Amino acid sequence: MPQLSLVDRVGTGALGWFESVGAVSTFGARAVVEAARPPYEIREIIRHIYQFGYRSAPLILTAGFAIGVVLSMHTRASLARFGAEAMIPAGLAIALIRETGPLTAGLLVSGRVGAGIGAEIGAMKVTEQIDALEVTGVDSFKYLAVTRIIALMIVMPFLTIMMDFSGIFGGYVAEAAVSGMSWQLYFERAFTYIDYSDIIPATLKTIVFGYLIAVASSYLGFTTSRGTEGVGEASTRSVVMSSMLIILSDVVLVKIIFFFYPAVSG
Amino acid sequence: MSAVRFDRVSKAFGALKVLDDVSFEIPTGQAFCLLGRSGTGKSVTLRHIVGLVRPDSGNVFVEKQDITKLAGRELADVRKHMGFLFQTAALFDSMTVGDNVSFPMERHTDWSSADIRERAMKKLADVGLEKDFDKMPGDLSGGMKKRAGLARAMALDPAILLVDEPSAGLDPITAAEIDDLLVKTKQGGTTLVVVTHNIPSARVIGDTFAVLHEGRMLASGTIETLDASQEPLVQTFMHSTGGG
Repeated sequence: MPQLSLVDRVGTGALGWFESVGAVSTFGARAVVEAARPPYEIREIIRHIYQFGYRSAPLILTAGFAIGVVLSMHTRASLARFGAEAMIPAGLAIALIRETGPLTAGLLVSGRVGAGIGAEIGAMKVTEQIDALEVTGVDSFKYLAVTRIIALMIVMPFLTIMMDFSGIFGGYVAEAAVSGMSWQLYFERAFTYIDYSDIIPATLKTIVFGYLIAVASSYLGFTTSRGTEGVGEASTRSVVMSSMLIILSDVVLVKIIFFFYPAVSG
Repeated sequence: MSAVRFDRVSKAFGALKVLDDVSFEIPTGQAFCLLGRSGTGKSVTLRHIVGLVRPDSGNVFVEKQDITKLAGRELADVRKHMGFLFQTAALFDSMTVGDNVSFPMERHTDWSSADIRERAMKKLADVGLEKDFDKMPGDLSGGMKKRAGLARAMALDPAILLVDEPSAGLDPITAAEIDDLLVKTKQGGTTLVVVTHNIPSARVIGDTFAVLHEGRMLASGTIETLDASQEPLVQTFMHSTGGG
């Protein structure tokens, strides 16, 4: 086989990348169209809400608490230099609610749920279970992908709220251990500078994260080949692709939020 | 009237030609056994019948409908009349064995849950798995999975039952039980399309036969026609006694 030049290799790689982006985009657009058409597979959606939401809750709560403790310790170290320890609850709450909570929840879910979706659908693909669904007269795309996409879009804002509040509680525990501040005072200070425009757009943007995680992971599951090795690869790539999509989309979403809610950028 | 008709079907995967101008017809209510060595396109032929694979050229008619022209709901409607036993059984591993068999009924009938459970139990009893209703597929042996797959394929009493290697990996007694079940199914009016390289089993089940080799139909007809064939590969095949 002839050796490809560097330009050829870069060109081939770029074409492959664009091809993948096109395929994932088409997959995601098809999911939007199919979601509006019956049958709506409500039972499957509810089953996935339980799997993705309820079963992710311990991870989200634990991670949120730990992040709250760590953020509180860092914030204290910084603000103490300026004698502004009283601002610790507000600073932590703003950081958590506006960005850290949604982004961390998205990344954690991409690891736990995204990997699971990629592996589960991938395993069904290589063991002919997807074909078995089709021959039973079931639209496998709708049954497997669309239901998961809708479920994760529903679940993400709730997980984000859980992460925000467990983070704030973690921050309180850390602060109470150092200064003995009461929960009432901490809570009051935390929400002094928080407005609905801080909470709602930042929380709702995670609906987009849920969509991206489920679309990328389902796509990789459906395109799995090469047996168990392929299933492992689909799982790993699901995490990588959905994490990248979350981080990149976050930049765009924050810009959009700033446009519609200028107060948030202040 | 024919239940399935292949009209000059060709299919290639990349450079590999799997089916080359294949034509045959299966009369309603008969059992058609597709024989051949591994990798000669038998399973691909089955997949064409159920619309999982589309031909590069030619047409596949199922009960007069050209399945190559159908998609979406129309294709799903035709598939409701067919049952398919995969070579690997392909049970849904997130469901119990009973739920696997109930699944087609839940999707396509308005029967009550109690009715569906009762019918699923009956289908499992037909394959000797009534005690395994609540087990997960992972808890079953290969042969039991195959039998559960057959129960699921027959859940809606399909007009056409497609079976891919029914006795592969089974002990001779279970294989004979499956053969008996398929014969009974045929006697009930179901058209059978069976892919196998187990000739003794095919002799029990089949009414008509075809031998595929390198994507082409080497011989077809009744068992007598194939037994009398002068084609060396057909002779070797028809005189083999090995199971699957």
